[in-house]
Amino acid sequence: MAKATREAYGEELAKLVRENPKIVVLDADLAGSTNAAVAGKAAPERFFDMGIAEANMVGVSAGLAASGYIPFASSFAMFCTGRVWEQIRNSVAYPHLNVKIVGSHSGITVGEDGVTHQAIEDISIMRAITGFAVFVPCDQHETKAVIDYVAEYDGPCYVRLGRSKVEDVFDENYKFDITKINVLKKGEKTAIFCCGLMVQSTLEAAAKLKEDGYDVTVVDVCAIKPCDEEGIAQILAEHENIFTVEEHSIVGGMGSMICEVAAEKCPRIIHRIGMYGFGESANWKDMLREYKLDGQGVYEQIKDYLDSTK
Amino acid sequence: MDVEALRKHAKNIRINVIKQVSGAQSGHPGGSLGAADILTVLYFEVMDITPENAGTQNRDRFVLSKGHCSPLLYAVLAEKGILPEEELKTFRKLHSRLQGHPDMNEIDGVDMSTGSLGQGLSAAVGMALANKLDKNDHRIYALVGDGEAEEGQIWEAAMAAAHYNCDNLCAVIDENGLQIDGRTADVIGPAPFEPKFEAFGWHVISVDGHDYKALKDAFDEAKTVKGKPTCIVAKTIKGKGVSFMENEASWHGKAPNAELTAVALKDLEGL
Repeated sequence: MAKATREAYGEELAKLVRENPKIVVLDADLAGSTNAAVAGKAAPERFFDMGIAEANMVGVSAGLAASGYIPFASSFAMFCTGRVWEQIRNSVAYPHLNVKIVGSHSGITVGEDGVTHQAIEDISIMRAITGFAVFVPCDQHETKAVIDYVAEYDGPCYVRLGRSKVEDVFDENYKFDITKINVLKKGEKTAIFCCGLMVQSTLEAAAKLKEDGYDVTVVDVCAIKPCDEEGIAQILAEHENIFTVEEHSIVGGMGSMICEVAAEKCPRIIHRIGMYGFGESANWKDMLREYKLDGQGVYEQIKDYLDSTK
Repeated sequence: MDVEALRKHAKNIRINVIKQVSGAQSGHPGGSLGAADILTVLYFEVMDITPENAGTQNRDRFVLSKGHCSPLLYAVLAEKGILPEEELKTFRKLHSRLQGHPDMNEIDGVDMSTGSLGQGLSAAVGMALANKLDKNDHRIYALVGDGEAEEGQIWEAAMAAAHYNCDNLCAVIDENGLQIDGRTADVIGPAPFEPKFEAFGWHVISVDGHDYKALKDAFDEAKTVKGKPTCIVAKTIKGKGVSFMENEASWHGKAPNAELTAVALKDLEGL
């Protein structure tokens, strides 16, 4: 049953806001889109729309957290990370305040709105901040598990969500350990680390690669920071060809994080797949196809590398 | 109100501002001296804050949005007995709790980490909202610089505070007319503040920032205002109390050398 990760966010936060009187919900005029409004309806006295003023939203969240509350502050990923990076860094991260930043409509699949709204650097800039935890869930179930986890996590967190409806990777019975990677498919020689919507794309790609005789391992990396160093290192050790796939720039995101772990623990040549520049306006499916981040595109990019090493 | 006692506190506070900045050979004396009277009234006549409740949320809170005036805040906390006066010697030195800009995790009595201008008022709004949710009658105060009010975020906070009826919030604009690159009027012209805050839906009071009675009356008036936050626009003299620093933009963030420190302390002892 396809559901957007932002939808799962609204549902789960609505549940939490009823259970925990310390949770407060903030948004910046996009509560209908981010689904913060769903949680807002569950506890209207603890919902604050801050209007199109994201910097103030971050500061207000800091003040609420300083007062013992647990603020979840959302907007489109572009605006609640990039625009207000310094506010997050100085007002939230430095004093280690318990603020949860939720960036919806991330990546290129925000679609028609185009480049100004397409956050492809948010993982990079948020993981750069000392003390900030960063999570990129791939489906509704992982999203709910992440939201539950960050609500309990003592410290600032960033959760990256998407606009479009995505297929389930997990089911409601899956026992998540949010701090660890999830090996979705065990193969040999080639391992592909993926996150967010690229998990679905990579699983599709893996099926096609199987037909070509490549039995690949697929690893869901939801916890970008702190990352599952042990788990990642083990996958690196067991495979020769390493790929990373993210709906994000190949500079500084999840792929770069894998490179950092590899450099320290288990050096490998790593092929980062993602965005190599800005996107453009398009329907999200056309976009993924154009930028080779749909199942077929990821398959082709990986197959090209693998074929060339034969 | 014991004006003599307030004058003594303010004098001691100013002396400690100069001692900290001089001792570190780093820091911001001008603005710290200029706002000393405002904070003296706030901490000794207005706010519910004591050494006993400083480590709790059960008191009034203060956000030094113009965080570079940290020597002033530390001197005030020392004068209140919340911080040991001895510790002021460590200002800005390695391993000190007295960081260059206030660190809320180091000291009880520092309610928000500030330093990057334009952000503290937003945090104060968040605290005001929290107090409303908690049905906590305590009040939130914030000190914002006039140069600092060039930051757009201050106006986002102003908009939000009015929209959310933060009548438990009182912001003071420390209007000394100066910033690093010169007079605010010449740099970018952020004033006048009174009509701007009124337009944003705040109750506004204009006072002489060195007049204890006027300040006390303004803070008392703020407590009676329902439904809107209050902005006290306090006209101050940057560097007040030290002859060669008064009204000089150059003493924003510069430490006096040994010779000038001696002159400064002499001026202040004479107060």
